[in-house]
Amino acid sequence: MSEKTIVQAINDALDYKLQTDENVLMYGEDIGPNGGVFRVTDGLQAKHGVDRVFDTPLAESGILGMSVGLASEGFRPVPEIQFLGFILEAMSPVTAQFSRMRYRMAGSRSMPITVRAPYGGGVHTPELHSDSLEGILAQIPGIRIVIPSNPYDAKGLLISSIESNDPVIFLEHLKLYRSIKQEVPEEAYRVPLDKAAITREGTDVTVIGYGLMIGEALKAANELEKENISVEVLDLRTIAPVDMETIIESVKKTGRVVVAQEAQRQSGVTGQLMSEIGERAFMYLEAPISRVTAPDSVYPFGAAESEWLPDHQDIIAKVKEVYDF
Amino acid sequence: MATKNATKLKFDNLVKGYKDAFPFYQVLDPSGKVVDRGLEPNMSDEQLTELMRRLVWARTYDRRVTLLNRQGALGNYAPGGGQEASQVASQYALGEGDFFAGTYRDLVPLIMHGLPVEKAFLWYKGHMDGNNYPEDLHAYSPQVIVGGHITHAMGVALGMKKRNKKNVVLSLNGDGATSQGDFYEGINFAGVYEVPYIAVVQNNGYGISVPVEQQTQAETLAQKAVAAGIPGIQVDGMDPLAMYAVVSYAREHALAGKGPVLIEALTYRFGPHTMSDDPTRYRSEEELTDWERKDPLHRMRKYLGDKGLWNEEKENEVVEACTEEIKQAVAAIGQADKQKISDFLKNMYEVSPQNIQEQIAEYEAKEMTDHE
Repeated sequence: MSEKTIVQAINDALDYKLQTDENVLMYGEDIGPNGGVFRVTDGLQAKHGVDRVFDTPLAESGILGMSVGLASEGFRPVPEIQFLGFILEAMSPVTAQFSRMRYRMAGSRSMPITVRAPYGGGVHTPELHSDSLEGILAQIPGIRIVIPSNPYDAKGLLISSIESNDPVIFLEHLKLYRSIKQEVPEEAYRVPLDKAAITREGTDVTVIGYGLMIGEALKAANELEKENISVEVLDLRTIAPVDMETIIESVKKTGRVVVAQEAQRQSGVTGQLMSEIGERAFMYLEAPISRVTAPDSVYPFGAAESEWLPDHQDIIAKVKEVYDF
Repeated sequence: MATKNATKLKFDNLVKGYKDAFPFYQVLDPSGKVVDRGLEPNMSDEQLTELMRRLVWARTYDRRVTLLNRQGALGNYAPGGGQEASQVASQYALGEGDFFAGTYRDLVPLIMHGLPVEKAFLWYKGHMDGNNYPEDLHAYSPQVIVGGHITHAMGVALGMKKRNKKNVVLSLNGDGATSQGDFYEGINFAGVYEVPYIAVVQNNGYGISVPVEQQTQAETLAQKAVAAGIPGIQVDGMDPLAMYAVVSYAREHALAGKGPVLIEALTYRFGPHTMSDDPTRYRSEEELTDWERKDPLHRMRKYLGDKGLWNEEKENEVVEACTEEIKQAVAAIGQADKQKISDFLKNMYEVSPQNIQEQIAEYEAKEMTDHE
């Protein structure tokens, strides 16, 4: 076991699946000799060959449309979309095709596709390189959206995603790629899909989030502990469809909830959480559910992003609000 | 100085040459006379008769299903009458294990590829069992997003190549699809990976009501292959022998590892776009009559009749057989199970997440009550 970044943990998972399943194929823009623009696929083409790991033309709809065909031929495609913002060019294969193929074919065909894409803010990218589009994707039935918040989960969730016969959109946060290190086992292991994790136990307020917000929530929890407020941090991991069982269990315990997302407020994943909690656990709530999000502008110009992105201070403020209610 | 330089660049001349590179291939002219012995496919009498049988079957199917639609017995229908050569003869050139990907207008070639008529009818009706395909049916259900299946077809072909299969993929689409980004992305990827893929564009002149001249400034759709660096060819899409020959040659080319071919078939749909379309709003009676003179069945009757391979009696046998098959399929779909929302939910995922599990339980309880 050694300390690894998310980039290394994902590379581990990809290497393991290429090694152990001859049907796994990996492709995308610049993922071959270049190893991906974030080096996530570094060394994989050299090790597993150009037949298994290859570059594609620069066309996202082509990449994901081709994945449908390869899945039909019995392969287990793991395409990369270079930045999540570029998946907007491929909404048809995602929304109109592979997400509904199993349904369309009355269960007679599967689409074991795992689309990997980096997303998220905090690293001063050009436009459309940082957008959190998971809310758009979360409305699509037939897929899962998986977002790891740490290296251990990244490896285990990616292996589970690739082994799933249902399609997965696997989102990797740009700022988390190299900013945290964690002990990651060398051998393969699985972190289950559809299961949220209690990252930190607490008794007063539950903070529910995913991706970058988990680190911010933990930071907030540590600060609040000094003020004797005990915060439970719940990491969704599979953000759509969500694990309501784990959420409701935590809500019943704390009675106070803050939901946090990096994305804009309107029609986001946390809005869905609030309504589900409201429907299922209203009688357990001691305070209105509160929400931390970015404002409803387009993702900001790079130099202003620290003002725009929600952080642990925003979470602290909202936790206090619901705690003092 | 600037003026002088500009005169050297004859941009309009660059375009003028394009069409010349894409001659029109034909074996039988509309009267059934062989115009190009060099292109005449090497077919046995049995194969010729079988192809004719299929063309007549397709025409009969089109007429019967149109009628059934008008009677309200089936759901919406996109007629294929007129396009039998580009649909049926193309598919007839395929071999065992080849893959077929067509549109909502291409149910007849899909049936010939192995889809039971009854399932085609269930598809028109909007019943999920229509798309419940057996494992060995190498095909996609009819594609609704125009051009969407071109990237899928290319992907299947890449998969075949990776598995060293001796097979090809045939996709059918219309002229409108060539305006879509997926068309370009599909043929471009196909060229890059040199996959065994045959893309047939059935240019029937209209995308619903918009004429092909308003889809593109290009004089042929075959020339769109140039941008992908792959072979493109324009064929008489009303000529079954030409379609069979060109698709067969394209198949040989693909199986030799030489990559994809784009085929533009010039054809016409005699009927409306779908049964809710009124083509008199955008096409003239004269134009229809002109194209009816090019009827693929007409020229094949003459060609095969001269060889002593076809006559009215044989034709009637096919018409009767097809009519009977349709009658049986109509009876069979009446027996189809009532669709259940819980089954739709079960088909969303192989492993149902919580929301789906909850909703399955909810609908199953409701369905139980409804049943009682």
